[in-house]
Amino acid sequence: MSEELHDVRLRVNAGIQQIRVPARRLLSDALRHDCGLTGTHVGCEHGVCGACTVLVDGVPMRSCLIFAVAAEGAQITTVEGLTEPDDTLSPVQQAFRECHGLQCGFCTPGFLTTIAAGLEENPEPTEEEAREMIAGNLCRCTGYHNIVKSVLRAAEITRERESAAGEEA
Amino acid sequence: MKPAPFAYRRPTTLDEATRLLTEAPGAKVLAGGQSLVPLLSMRLAAPDTLVDINHLPDLGHVSVDATGVRVGALARHAEVLTSVAARRSQPLLALALANVAHATIRNRGTTVGSIVHADAAAEMPMVLTLLDGSVDVVSTRGRRTIAAADLFAGPLESTLAHDEIAVEAFFPALPEHGGVAFEEVARRHGDYALVGVAARVLLEGDTVTSARLGFVSVSDVPVVVDVTDALDDPAAAALPHLEPADDIHASADYRTQLIRVLSPRVLERAIAMAQGRNHV
Repeated sequence: MSEELHDVRLRVNAGIQQIRVPARRLLSDALRHDCGLTGTHVGCEHGVCGACTVLVDGVPMRSCLIFAVAAEGAQITTVEGLTEPDDTLSPVQQAFRECHGLQCGFCTPGFLTTIAAGLEENPEPTEEEAREMIAGNLCRCTGYHNIVKSVLRAAEITRERESAAGEEA
Repeated sequence: MKPAPFAYRRPTTLDEATRLLTEAPGAKVLAGGQSLVPLLSMRLAAPDTLVDINHLPDLGHVSVDATGVRVGALARHAEVLTSVAARRSQPLLALALANVAHATIRNRGTTVGSIVHADAAAEMPMVLTLLDGSVDVVSTRGRRTIAAADLFAGPLESTLAHDEIAVEAFFPALPEHGGVAFEEVARRHGDYALVGVAARVLLEGDTVTSARLGFVSVSDVPVVVDVTDALDDPAAAALPHLEPADDIHASADYRTQLIRVLSPRVLERAIAMAQGRNHV
């Protein structure tokens, strides 16, 4: 039996990806294998670890728990899409770099997307809120302390950049 | 870890969706997919067709009136959790939903889907049962309402017929002199509860006229126990109805201990809420 294939138009980051996939293709695999966007990492593949978290219409979701064919029409943001158009690191990425928020880096894409959306919703989190923000993502290296620091630092960087932009204007 | 092949259908009307289910006896409904997709990936389920209902109109509502809260099949947990009107009408919704998985899962998972997934280790089937709520289901034969008490047949098994789609859950409002509380213990916040207990009480003056406890993770189907006559030791009254089991996460003895600790605690908290509302 040959498997039925679906033509799926995905809006990923700034571009459009036209892919042809079976219905069972997970969004995480479609991003990595069909779109070549290997920044999205695949850990547990059942929604527990959070490494594959992407933004779907700006909201963090597990790409391993969504079928690519069902993501048609949605705006997907992967870790590759967080960087500014001029390749400047986004505030969350910059903060991870400054605060040593990663070690092996496997879980990092899921943290970055989750925190980017989290700070949109809550631009000035307390430390406790920062911990709650990342509670659905597993990291086996850092012990989380530096990731929490990164969340708070990212909020700071966002404010710094906004006030700098305000002064220029 | 990949799902077995399946045919994918994406109806845009409820009629079309029910017709597809009637035509494909091996089909499953896909809403949020946060419970279903892991089952497919682990190949614990292998339906030949998935009917994706995410594009059906008019099912995303969280609407509140004097009788309670109506949650459409496509309302995500996050939308129910953040609805101020829903929280005011029935505070147990938000208390329990904050413990449903993690925020990222709640962003896509649906409350109605979680209920008809019928997992007795999940919070919302228990909440619906404790509150005497109901679920409306639709098929080509029409629409019917299933009371929570008649909804759960066994582990991960609801009493919906194969061709029925759950379109709405109804959670009755908390009466004026009522109180609710919820607490669960999990290894990590967001994980499945080792034990969860919710309470719902009704007062007349300072007298408790009704007190019921609902339990998570200690039975095959959601269990609610009336403890109105056992306010001094609600756990003792509840334990004969529960089956705390050993697994890799906790021993049966530890779960029993949690039932003993959590039952009086949530009962007391629910009574305090009811008294507070009484005196406002």
